[in-house]
Amino acid sequence: MRSLLENRKALVGLGILGVFAAVAAIGPWLVGDPTDFVAVPLLPPSFAHWLGTTAQGQDVLAQTVAGARSTLFLGVIVGLATVTVGAIVGTAAGYFGGWVDEVLSLVINLFLLMPGLPLCVVIAAYLPAGPVTIGLVLVITGWAWSARVIRAQALSLRQSVFVSSAVVIGESPLRIVLLEILPNMTSLLASSLIGATTYAIGAEVGLEFLGMGDLGAVTWGTNLYWASNDVALPSGSWWTFVPTGACIALCGFALALVNNALDEISNPRLSAERAFVRATGRKRLDLHAPTPVLKSVQGGSNAPR
Amino acid sequence: MRFLLRRFGFYLTAAWASVTLAFVIPRLMPGDPATAMFSRFRGRLKPEALEALREAFGFTNAPLWKQYLQYVGHALQGDLGISIGYYPATVGSVIGQALAWTLFLSGLAVVLSFLLGTLLGLAAAWKRGGWLDGIGPPVLMLLGAFPYFWLAMAVLFLFGFQLGWFPLRHAYDDTLSAGLNLPFMLSTLQHVVLPAATVVAATVGGWMLSMRSTVINVMAEDYVLFAQAKGLSEARIVLHYVARNALLPNLAGFGMALGFVLSGSLLTEIVFSYPGQGYLLVRAVKSLDYPLIQGLFLTTTFAVLAANWMVDVVHVWLDPRTRS
Repeated sequence: MRSLLENRKALVGLGILGVFAAVAAIGPWLVGDPTDFVAVPLLPPSFAHWLGTTAQGQDVLAQTVAGARSTLFLGVIVGLATVTVGAIVGTAAGYFGGWVDEVLSLVINLFLLMPGLPLCVVIAAYLPAGPVTIGLVLVITGWAWSARVIRAQALSLRQSVFVSSAVVIGESPLRIVLLEILPNMTSLLASSLIGATTYAIGAEVGLEFLGMGDLGAVTWGTNLYWASNDVALPSGSWWTFVPTGACIALCGFALALVNNALDEISNPRLSAERAFVRATGRKRLDLHAPTPVLKSVQGGSNAPR
Repeated sequence: MRFLLRRFGFYLTAAWASVTLAFVIPRLMPGDPATAMFSRFRGRLKPEALEALREAFGFTNAPLWKQYLQYVGHALQGDLGISIGYYPATVGSVIGQALAWTLFLSGLAVVLSFLLGTLLGLAAAWKRGGWLDGIGPPVLMLLGAFPYFWLAMAVLFLFGFQLGWFPLRHAYDDTLSAGLNLPFMLSTLQHVVLPAATVVAATVGGWMLSMRSTVINVMAEDYVLFAQAKGLSEARIVLHYVARNALLPNLAGFGMALGFVLSGSLLTEIVFSYPGQGYLLVRAVKSLDYPLIQGLFLTTTFAVLAANWMVDVVHVWLDPRTRS
């Protein structure tokens, strides 16, 4: 955790995410009702309306802020649910091995192969439109990605001495998975969570853009849906779709930065190289030199844990 | 050969699973979607035609296993039922052309993106710490964070509406007759530039990053050091020793990513009114055209399976280890 705060990428990423979390938490009280018709349609950005108005005459800023709350909330919930399902299936396959692993791996691979969006639409078409439907559909189509990486890790941890000894002692599989295996893949779980949340936000926005969401609600996806279905593009009103898109991209970018930083910290090779470059001030690494070893630079990520 | 046969078996299983999913999903849903669906046909369809449609979907009064067999039989014959929105056209005929356009657009975009990203990743990893390695990954990462369809809206807005450089919608100029003539082909190329470019822009960063990291790993291998010790030229080492070996893990990821890219390009099609599967999908959703939605799901899945099979064949061709 401390090394995470020493990493520049992680700091930038966490900073951006923090701003969005704050906006989502308190923003909606600071701006007006996003569904109010406040002014003439398609006003360009001005002092009265910082980001202009939509084709319906609603305030774009208020809609973007309100969208942040609903979209990010659903994104995080779906991300958590997706990783939970992935962890259950992945550790079960990795721990038990044998035919259980064969069957679960087959199912995981099948879900990985199926194109997500059409499957989402097939399921969502039969359910009432709304956030619950979208969340459910995204978990069904998204869990396999985390299940795959978690299975691989669980499989290799299963071979380790401390798990074998726990088995010999006679501990229950559930206890071994919860107390021995899962705590030893925290960084993997964290990066799966980040990946799943990124996927959830993107896919949620995509489904709502298709018109499968609750069109009465204000989310980033419905904002873009209305922007493309009203006359935003031909009328030259860029302000109806640019703010929402920029927010989505910033969130995705921040999540990717944190993920990247996690990778750097947990991969000793990358972090050793970084420490080496920082300590020696050399710009380029010799490609064929062995991985440089520096003893605990600033007590950072190389210190034995 | 054994490898290819085993993979083929897996794709057959996947095809069976998706057909079965399409059968199971409507039956698992709350309420009675079958009745809701068929009530939309009432008054537009003769009773006999309605009965035939029920049979194609397996919604008859027969026991469930019999319904399933009937349904699979129809699906195997390529009979996907009748579209509600495009009545009386069959789903197969509605989808046929759209599938061709989708394969053209996303095939072109995926291959271009993969080649470009792989080359960039190779270059960035070879000149580690150079300018490409410095600015490439963060810029492409930011670009990749935008939803495909949003990039499409931005590009359409800028180059279509504001600058007027490219056509605004559709896959070719309506005034031309479709066929193998030069004006028509030029027109399709002109129309595909913007949609394909958005998909490439959104996906190229991923390929670049994964290629970069595999190249870095491969370059630490002993055989690369040995090649250098032999005094081989840099170009030969990069292309014959490093690139070939670094491509393999990337290629495996290529198959896996196809479904994901296809989903994104379906959304891109909607922005450009490109007459492919995605454009049909949104119309099917709006008119609650269940047979068409299901048909789109099956054909898209099958296309992804077929593409994966081709990736496997290429894999065998590139990697002698799979042949032994």
